Amino acid sequence: MRLRNLLKIALKSLTRNRMRSLLTSLGVIIGVGAVIVMVAIGQGAQADIEAQITSLGANMVMIFPGSSWSRGVSHGAGSQNRLTLDDADAIRERATLVTAVSTEVRVNAQIIGGDSNWNTSIQGVDPEYQEIRDWYTVSGEFFTERDVRAKAKVAVLGKTVADNLFPGSDPVGERIRIRNTPFKVVGVLEAKGQSAYGSDRDDVVMMPSTTALYRLAGGRYISRIFASAVSIEASEAAEEELTAILREEHNLEPGEEDDFRVRSQAEFLETATETSRVMTLLLGAVAAVSLVVGGIGNMNIMLVSVTERTREIGIRLAVGARGSDVLVQFLTEAVVLALVGGTVGILLAVGVSVFLDRVVGMTSIISPAIVALAFCFSGAVGVFFGYYPARKAARLNPIDALRYE
Amino acid sequence: MSAVIEASGISKIYQMGEVEVHALRGVDLTVEDGEFISIMGASGSGKSTLMNVLGCLDHPTSGEYLLNGRDVSELNPNEFAEVRNTRIGFVFQVFNLLPRTTALDNVELPLLYDRTRRIKDPRAEAVAALERVGLADRITHEPNQLSGGERQRVAIARALVNRPSIILADEPTGNLDSVMSLEIMELFGELNAQGITIIIVTHEHDIAEVTRRIIEMKDGAIIRDAVNVGGQAK
Repeated sequence: MRLRNLLKIALKSLTRNRMRSLLTSLGVIIGVGAVIVMVAIGQGAQADIEAQITSLGANMVMIFPGSSWSRGVSHGAGSQNRLTLDDADAIRERATLVTAVSTEVRVNAQIIGGDSNWNTSIQGVDPEYQEIRDWYTVSGEFFTERDVRAKAKVAVLGKTVADNLFPGSDPVGERIRIRNTPFKVVGVLEAKGQSAYGSDRDDVVMMPSTTALYRLAGGRYISRIFASAVSIEASEAAEEELTAILREEHNLEPGEEDDFRVRSQAEFLETATETSRVMTLLLGAVAAVSLVVGGIGNMNIMLVSVTERTREIGIRLAVGARGSDVLVQFLTEAVVLALVGGTVGILLAVGVSVFLDRVVGMTSIISPAIVALAFCFSGAVGVFFGYYPARKAARLNPIDALRYE
Repeated sequence: MSAVIEASGISKIYQMGEVEVHALRGVDLTVEDGEFISIMGASGSGKSTLMNVLGCLDHPTSGEYLLNGRDVSELNPNEFAEVRNTRIGFVFQVFNLLPRTTALDNVELPLLYDRTRRIKDPRAEAVAALERVGLADRITHEPNQLSGGERQRVAIARALVNRPSIILADEPTGNLDSVMSLEIMELFGELNAQGITIIIVTHEHDIAEVTRRIIEMKDGAIIRDAVNVGGQAK
């Protein structure tokens, strides 16, 4: 038997029975398509979360005062906030694994400007803050190191604040008043959107750390220190280095607990990644179910077409086909259907994924591994259930196959 | 004349649950080259079973079957398929054409499975076979576009296409009206005149009357085997 003849027979059989071919490949199409889209959405969400965390500043290391967070009794609630501008200077001087350091002084205050007023969070920071948090001005300039030294009365507005106080106009150069102190607006920050926790990150006013600390907060202690590790990989080592410097700075005895906490962005990233990994796992489970359901549908249509096909096999055997001829034909048909169905399924999934991405705005990422898995599984189901009943029928006597009802 | 079929002591036993059904009980039959035979009998007399055994569609339980002098009972399944493909043409009562498949493709089918010779142009041979049965103008029709008689002609063309020496027809006119039946029998007569040995099973006397030798079966055995003088002369 020439293989060419068998291929011809198989392809003819497929095109002759269009409806059956379509239904059969539909099982594979849905099996492949659903799984790919599901997992693409899951991985898209995962990437979204990671991107958001990275947008906080990739290599960021943060130092919080210990007292207000720690559950330790000795430095418990009510104990003094012990981070100072000197701590930040010590880090600037001695740390080798960080590139930029900025303090942060947080004060809440009512801001009067334009024809309106607005209550927002004021952050006193250093110019390096821009680099650490990857957050720059879209209009005007950020204040400088000189402004910090001079405790200059300048402010950079977040998008939300700018929109509320100066709707429709550029506030750079305008005056605002905070607790009766006039400030000059020197810049507007780019929009950052919501934080991972749902708060509006653009509802902020930034000013030099010294200005905020001495003119508004009136205290000694700062809220946080931010630093950039030289790389994400160095984050952990940087944490240790900063811890060592601060312990020395705070004169802590060995064995005494830290009165501050150091956390790196890498840790946050890990937590968030863990969360989204669980989500991907969940979606994977859904995908696995749809894979199985698709497989069963596929199996059913294959088994249902057996009655008609058993007669066909009987006819073929009666006119002189060998059992193996019939098997090669059915195997070819099943493989072709699985390939076509799988390919259409992949194209469909890519289409849906692009649609979600571009039109709906839902990040979806197609993973080649999942494409391969879905394709192979659905293909294997199609081929097996296309081939197995045919194998049974091809072993029959021609006359028994012809009589099959 | 040489014998194309020499069957002796053919028996066929079916196991139907607990019961053994003796469909054939030691049938002896010799068919010479070029004969035109009908096998008659009531339903259940074993005539179809005998045809299936003679047509290599089914194995006998015991007995010896020589086809063209070759013992067919010793053949493996692939050789068996080859016999069906090239030595015997089989025509069924229910036509057994592939649905949604043109007459031409149906007739071409045995050629595609033929391993014994290199066929240069299977389509041309299939067209020639359809011309032989008078269906040259119907080659692109599918079975459901054809009348019963035409479908049976397609089936006969399919049986003819690989130039077998024998055509076996199991109640070929069973699903046809009397006019079509006679046309089909006429066609068999013509083919027989061209040298092909033809055996048909029927339970209609006027159909059997066309043939030259009438065999009657009852309860799995031949009870009468006689020359029919009025049959179509070869």
